[in-house]
Amino acid sequence: MSGISRRRFLAASVAGCAATTLAGPKKALAAGSFTGYSDGMGVLVDLTRCIGCRSCEAACNKEQNLPAPDRPFDDQTVFDETFHGGKQKRRPDENAYTVVNRYNPESSDHPLFRKVQCNHCNEPACLSSCFVNAYTKTKEGAVVYNPKVCVGCRNCMIACPFNIPGYSYSSAFDPVVKKCIFCHETRLKNGLPPACVDICPQEALTFGKRRDLLKIGNQRIQTHPGRYVDHIYGEKELGGTSWMYLSSVPFEEVGFDPNPGNEPIINNVKDFLGTVPMVLAIWPAMFTGFHLLAKKRDGHDDHDQDADQHNGEEGGEQ
Amino acid sequence: MSAKQVLTTLMMALVLVATGSLTQAADMPEQASLDTLAKLFDGVEFDHAMHTDLGEDCSACHHHTTGTGTTDERCISCHADSDEVASVACNACHVADPFSAEYINRKSLNLYQYHVDMPGLKAAYHWNCVGCHEAMDGPTGCQDCHARTAEGDDFYRADASDTSTSGKGGH
Repeated sequence: MSGISRRRFLAASVAGCAATTLAGPKKALAAGSFTGYSDGMGVLVDLTRCIGCRSCEAACNKEQNLPAPDRPFDDQTVFDETFHGGKQKRRPDENAYTVVNRYNPESSDHPLFRKVQCNHCNEPACLSSCFVNAYTKTKEGAVVYNPKVCVGCRNCMIACPFNIPGYSYSSAFDPVVKKCIFCHETRLKNGLPPACVDICPQEALTFGKRRDLLKIGNQRIQTHPGRYVDHIYGEKELGGTSWMYLSSVPFEEVGFDPNPGNEPIINNVKDFLGTVPMVLAIWPAMFTGFHLLAKKRDGHDDHDQDADQHNGEEGGEQ
Repeated sequence: MSAKQVLTTLMMALVLVATGSLTQAADMPEQASLDTLAKLFDGVEFDHAMHTDLGEDCSACHHHTTGTGTTDERCISCHADSDEVASVACNACHVADPFSAEYINRKSLNLYQYHVDMPGLKAAYHWNCVGCHEAMDGPTGCQDCHARTAEGDDFYRADASDTSTSGKGGH
């Protein structure tokens, strides 16, 4: 503080504060337009091809070493299960990272099946909401998490727009969040498709580079007029997802939220979050400055060294 | 190359071509073992003769590859008069591993070509067989065509029993 007066220091603090406030949103906006790693992988799910055989569930169970199911994986009576007074179909949990559900859409004369798992968002809400930074979006496209740092707060379960993360309620002492990780550890990072894709007898799941899948999806819509609704769900929804869907019926008829918006979830909070570093960095300095000033005025400054230095520069102020 | 050698080569070529066209029907297998992918299920012993007797055109299953013209409007613009290809087996075009890194990279380079979205061998079998079986009321259950192996029973957790948790609520 020897070369700078207290007044100039305070003025600089205020200016810095203003600059951060103004610059903050701009930076956050840039972060909100991430459209995925260019070579990130994805899966295109074609609902018109799925026959509801549940082989993907069996493959996931085996690959991820999950506990034995209540019923065999070829038992189709699970499609009749509903929860919350019949309003909710099966959803992934700690014992099953993917489930297949059956729908009877109005616009179709036969049932359709929809596989549910993590959609591996380009800008994951779970990742944004995690205060211990357990989540990572890998360059291969997977949204993975580190169970060792997970504290089990369940913020990600609330943040996820697709209701995906499950919770190990069965564990009394170390409950953590559990979800599909795109077989990242065992397959994806070694250039292999996830187990569910590998097993699918119908190629209802097409694995490839996300940007290629968009072209292939549009090509399918174009090549088969009338078979699909002209939309790839997940291309833009919530900032885009690595898992995307083609359907023969409007997406709300097969359990999708038809209008989740194209903004990633983080955009709802980025303005606020952008101010947090500013507050942490500038407020302590600023209020320390105020504090020192106030103390000085009261004549209670008993730091001799400081007092000596300041007396030379700011003697006129007192 | 002497005139005699040229003549011999030409004649041999002619013989080969003639045999090829004459024996097309004879080459046709009575039975085909579709077992390259067998693991959780046994391979399928496909009764080719029975299926050809059903009276459908070869192109119903083999697209344009047998030399008989296809009727699919999406194919016909290019393949109305296509010649027979060297191998008409499904696995000559439909690869067993359509999601290998190598295949995906090759696909990436040729994204605007026709047939880039070609199904792998497993899907090709299932679409072709089950699609037709559905239309003609043939068998469509998994084990109607191929029995499940012991490994398959294990994979599908055939031993799982649901006694205590039926109709469970919550998550």
